[in-house]
Amino acid sequence: MGNIVHFENVGLRYGTGPETLSDVSFTLATGGFYFLTGASGAGKTSLLKLLYLAQRPTRGVVRLFGEDAGALPRARLPGFRRRIGVVFQDFRLLPQLSAYDNVALPLRVAGVRESEIEAPVMEMLAWVGLSARVTAKPPTLSGGEQQRIAIARAVIARPEILVADEPTGNVDPEMADRLLHLFEALNRLGTTIVVATHDLHLIRRIPQAHLMRVEKGKLVDPTGLLRHPPGAA
Amino acid sequence: MTSLRRSGAIDLKLLGQGQRSWVMAGIMAIMLFLTVLSGALGLGVARSAGGLDRQLAGQLTVQLVEPDAALRDSRAKALVVGIARVPGVARVREADRARLAALLQPWLGDAGLDPDLPMPVLIDVTAAPNAAAAVAAAARRIAPGVRVDSSARWLSPVRGLLATLFWVAIGLVVVIAAATAGVALLVARAGLDTHRDTIDVLHMLGSTDLQVARLLQRRIARDTLLGGAIGTLAALALVALFQTKLALTGSEVLGGATLAPIDWTLLLLLPIGFALLATVATRMTVLRTLGLKL
Ligand SMILES: Nc1ncnc2c1ncn2[C@@H]1O[C@H](COP(=O)(O)OP(=O)(O)O)[C@@H](O)[C@H]1O
Ligand SMILES: [Mg+2]
Repeated sequence: MGNIVHFENVGLRYGTGPETLSDVSFTLATGGFYFLTGASGAGKTSLLKLLYLAQRPTRGVVRLFGEDAGALPRARLPGFRRRIGVVFQDFRLLPQLSAYDNVALPLRVAGVRESEIEAPVMEMLAWVGLSARVTAKPPTLSGGEQQRIAIARAVIARPEILVADEPTGNVDPEMADRLLHLFEALNRLGTTIVVATHDLHLIRRIPQAHLMRVEKGKLVDPTGLLRHPPGAA
Repeated sequence: MTSLRRSGAIDLKLLGQGQRSWVMAGIMAIMLFLTVLSGALGLGVARSAGGLDRQLAGQLTVQLVEPDAALRDSRAKALVVGIARVPGVARVREADRARLAALLQPWLGDAGLDPDLPMPVLIDVTAAPNAAAAVAAAARRIAPGVRVDSSARWLSPVRGLLATLFWVAIGLVVVIAAATAGVALLVARAGLDTHRDTIDVLHMLGSTDLQVARLLQRRIARDTLLGGAIGTLAALALVALFQTKLALTGSEVLGGATLAPIDWTLLLLLPIGFALLATVATRMTVLRTLGLKL
C-alpha cells in the first residue's frame, strides 16, 4: 500500500494575515481511515481545503496521488478533483437543482451517459434514506437531509479519497451511525477516508481509524506516527 | 423520472431561468433588426451598382475632331466599318449630325448649322464589356487623334454614391457585430458573477473551464438565436416592403436594387452568424476570466 497524500512543512496564509496552518507534515496511506479533530477555528477546514485542492499551500509541499499538487497547472485540476469526493462543511448543494440532480452532478461532470446515471443515483439516495425526496430542492430539505444529499453527492462517483468536513454535525445519532457505516463500506472497497469531526462517539466506532489533531494551525503528532505511518511503504 | 434523465435540461436548470435571458434576447432582436436592414441596404446597393456596371461597361463614345470636312467624313466611315469588325461589338452608329447641331444650337446659334464649322463626329458603340479596350485600339489605329470615352464615366457620381452607400452599410454591420461581441462579453462576465457559487461547486466536482464555458455559451446561443430571429424577421418584412416600393418607382438604378434569392439567404444567415459570434465571445471571456483563477 502506497501513500495517497503527503504534506511536507505546509503553511497556509489567507491574504496577508497570520499563518492559519504552519509546518504541517503528515502522510496518509492509501485505503486508510483518518479522523481529523481539533477545536473550532483550529484549522481543520483549511487543512482539508488543501487536500481537496480548493487552496494551494503558501509554502511547503502537498503531494496528492504522487504528484506535487501545489504545482499542478490549472488544466490538470479537474482530473485530480474527480478523484476526490468532498462533503463540504456548508454542504454547497445547488439550490436550483433537485436532490436527484445534485447527487447526479459528479457523474454528469465526468461525462457518464444519462442511461447509466439513474440506477446509481437512486441507489445512493436510498442509502442515505432519501428515496422519498428525489425531486425536492435543497431549500425545502432539513439540515440533516441536506447533509445526507451532500454525502451522497460526494461518494456517487466512487472517489479514491473521500474528504468529509464535519459530515454528521446536523444529523441525529442514529443517522450518524448509518452514514459512518457507509464510509466504512467505502473504505473496505479501497477508498481512503478523511473525516473532520468533534464527535468522540463517532471516532470510537471505528477502532482501526487513525487520529489526527490540529491545534492552532499545527498538527499534533507526538509519536511521529502521522509523519511516518508504520503501514505505509 | 423521465424528466430527470434529460441531460439538455440540466444545463439550463444549472443556471436557472433568469431575467437576464430576456434582456439579452431583446438586445439581440434590436441588433439584428439593424444589422439585417444594413445588410439589405448593402446588398441592394451592390445589386444596383452591378446592374449599372453591366449596362454601361459596353457603352463607348468615339469622338473625332477633324477640321477638314472631307477627311472627317472618310475617317468617320472608316471608323464605323473598322470598329464594327472588332469582335464583341454589337452595334456601331454615328450620331446624327443634324440632331447634334440642333442640340448645340442654343449655344452656337445658327452658326452651328454652317457645314464649314468643324463639328465633331460622335460614334456610339455598344460592345461586350471586355471588348472596350479592343474598340479603343481599333479606333486609334484608324484615326490617331480620336477620343474614346466610356459612358460609365458620365455616371461616375452615381456610381460613387452607390459605392459609398455600400461601404457605409458594410461598416454598420461590422460596428453592430463588434457591439454584439461586446454585449456578449458583458453578459458572460455578469453570468460568471451571478452564478459564481454554482461555478465554484462545479469546479470542485471536477468541471473543466470548457464545461463551464459551454453552459454559458449554450445559454447565450439560445438567447441570441431567439432574439435574433425576431429582429431578423421584423427587418426582412420591412425590406420586403421597401422592395415592392422600389419596383414601383420604375427607376432603373432603384429598380436594380432588387434582392436576389442568394441575398435573402445571406440575410437569413446573419442571425446565425451573430449567434456564433456571441458564442465565441462568451467562450473566450469565460476561459480568459477563469484562467486567471487558482
Ligand atoms: N477564507 C478565509 N479567509 C480568511 N481567514 C480564514 C478563511 N477561512 C478560515 N479562516 C481562518 O482560519 C482559521 C481556521 O479556520 P478553519 O480552517 O475553518 O478552522 P476549523 O475548520 O477547524 O474550525 C480561523 O481563524 C478562520 O477565521
Ligand atoms: Mg471547519
